[in-house]
Amino acid sequence: MADASSATRTSPRRRTSAGAWVVRAIVAVYLFLLVLWPTAVLFRGAFADGLGTITAAIADPDVVHALVLTGQTAVLAVAINLVFGLGVSLLLVRYDFFGKRVLSWLIDLPLSASPVVVGLALLLVYSPVYGWFGPGLREAGIEVAFAMPGIVMATCFVSLPLVVREVVPVLTELGDDQEQAARSLGAGGWQTFRRITLPGIRWALVYGLVLSLARSLGEFGAVKVVSGHVIGQTATATVAVESAYQNNNTEQAYAIAVLLVLATVLCLVVVAILHTRDAREKG
Amino acid sequence: MATVTVPRATASPPRGDRRGARRLTRTAGFGLGLAMTWFSLLVLIPLAAVVVKAAGGGWTTFQSVLTDPGTLVTLRFTILTAVGVTLLNAVMGTLIAWLLVRDAFPGKRILDLVIDIPFAMPTIVAGLVLLALYGHEGPLGIDVSGTKLGVVLAIAFVTLPFVVRAVQPVLASLETDVEEAAASLGASRWTTLRRIILPSLLPAITAGASLSFARAISEYGSVVLISMNARGVEVMSTETYRYIEGGDTAAAAAVAVLLLVIALVTIIVLDVLQRRAARRG
Repeated sequence: MADASSATRTSPRRRTSAGAWVVRAIVAVYLFLLVLWPTAVLFRGAFADGLGTITAAIADPDVVHALVLTGQTAVLAVAINLVFGLGVSLLLVRYDFFGKRVLSWLIDLPLSASPVVVGLALLLVYSPVYGWFGPGLREAGIEVAFAMPGIVMATCFVSLPLVVREVVPVLTELGDDQEQAARSLGAGGWQTFRRITLPGIRWALVYGLVLSLARSLGEFGAVKVVSGHVIGQTATATVAVESAYQNNNTEQAYAIAVLLVLATVLCLVVVAILHTRDAREKG
Repeated sequence: MATVTVPRATASPPRGDRRGARRLTRTAGFGLGLAMTWFSLLVLIPLAAVVVKAAGGGWTTFQSVLTDPGTLVTLRFTILTAVGVTLLNAVMGTLIAWLLVRDAFPGKRILDLVIDIPFAMPTIVAGLVLLALYGHEGPLGIDVSGTKLGVVLAIAFVTLPFVVRAVQPVLASLETDVEEAAASLGASRWTTLRRIILPSLLPAITAGASLSFARAISEYGSVVLISMNARGVEVMSTETYRYIEGGDTAAAAAVAVLLLVIALVTIIVLDVLQRRAARRG
C-alpha cells in the first residue's frame, strides 16, 4: 500500500478540472454501491449485537469443525505449495529442459480454471465409485475424494501457481552470477541454495506463501465438489457459510464470513508490511 | 500495495528467459521428475480425465449437451455477462487507475484499499456481501437474487481489481513529458488522451481485461447464492455443478471442456501480449 508509484508520482497538476471531478464522482458512486456499502452492511449485521453473533456461531460444534478443517487444509496446502513452488521456480529459471514453455503455460491454468471444473477433474480421477484411481486407492485403504486428502488436493490445485508467480521474476532478476561464484569456490549445491539463492528470494517466497494461504482459506467451489460437503464432517468454512445462508441462518453465515474475511485480511496486511520492508531493504 | 493475483502485465520479463539457464544436473532432473509427478497427479491427469470423459461419450453426448436449448441459454448468458462486465471493467478500471496514479485527493490510500477488498474476500463471502445489501433481507427492499442483474453484480464485484492493478503500474511509469509536449504544441486534453495516453495503456488494459474475462466466464462461488439456480440466470459453472450433483458426469465434462478451452486460450493470448510488450521494451 505504500506504493511509491501511487504516492510520489502525482505530478504537479494544474488545478483540478471539471473532468477530474466527474471521474471522481463516477468512481466514488460505483465503488460505494458495488463494494463499500454491501461490505459495511455485512459487517454491521455480523456485529449487530457486539460479539454475540460470532460467539454464538463458535458455540456450534459444526462451525468449529468447519473452521478447524479449513485451518488444517490451508496449512497442509501451503506446505505442499512451498516445496513444489520453490522447486518448479528453480527449474523454470535455472535450467533448460524439453517442454519448459509448455510447463510455464500449464502452471497458470489453475488460476483461470473454474473451481467447479477443478472439482470435477479431481472426482473423475479420485472418486471411489467412478474415478480412474479412486477404486484402487480405496482398496488400498486410502480415501481421497469425499475426505481430507481430496480437500487438500483441491486447495493445492487452485493455489498452485501463486508461489511460482512470485518467485520466478525475482529469481530471473537475481541472475546466477553469485551462485556460479559460490560454486566455483567449492560450495555444494545445498550450501549455495541456502546461503545465496534463498536469501535473495525469501521475500518473494513469503509473499507467495501468504497469498496461497489467503487463497486456501477462501477456496469454495472446488472443495465443495470434491468434499461432498457433509456438514460437521467434510464441510470447510466457506461451505458452512453457504449452507448456513441457505438454511436461513443468516447470522451464522455472516459470522463465519466475517471470521474468514478477517483471516484473509490479516494475510494481506502481512504481505503489505513485507512489501514495504522489502522495498526499504532494496532501496 | 497488496497486489494479489494480478500478474504484472508488462513489468516482469517473461518466464523462461534464457539468462543463466543450464542443462539439468542429476539432482535437478530428480527434482523435475518429482515435481512433474505431483503436477500430473494433481492437475494433468485430472484435466485429461475431463477431456476423456467428454470425448468418451462420443461426439454425440458432447453435441447433445452443447445443442441443448437450456445449455445454449446458459452459454449465451455467461458469455454476454462476461463480455459486458469486462467492458465495464476496462472503462472503470482505467478510470480508477487514473485517479490512483495521476490525481491527488484525500483518502487515496483508502481507495487503494477498497480495490483490494474483492480479492481479500472468499468468493462465497462476495456473494453474501452483495445479498446483505441487495438481497431480500437488505435495507433497500430490493431483491436481486435469482435475477440477471444479481449475477452481473457478483461478477463485476469479483473482477473489479484486474484492470486497475494491470493499468496502475504502467500508467505510473509513463513519462509525462510527451503529454506536456503534446499540450504545448496545442493538443487539447482529449487529443492528448486519445493519441498519447490510451495507446500506451492499451496493452495493460487488454491484459487486465482478458484476466477479468477468464475469471468472469469461470466464476462460481460468488454467483451460487445469488443465481439460486433460477432458470435463465444460470452460468456455465453452476450448470456444471448441477450436472455433477445429478450424477451426469459426461454432460458436466462436456461443459467443463468448453470452460477449459476458454481458460487456455486466455492464458495463451495473455502470454503473447506479455512477450510482445516485453520485446517492445
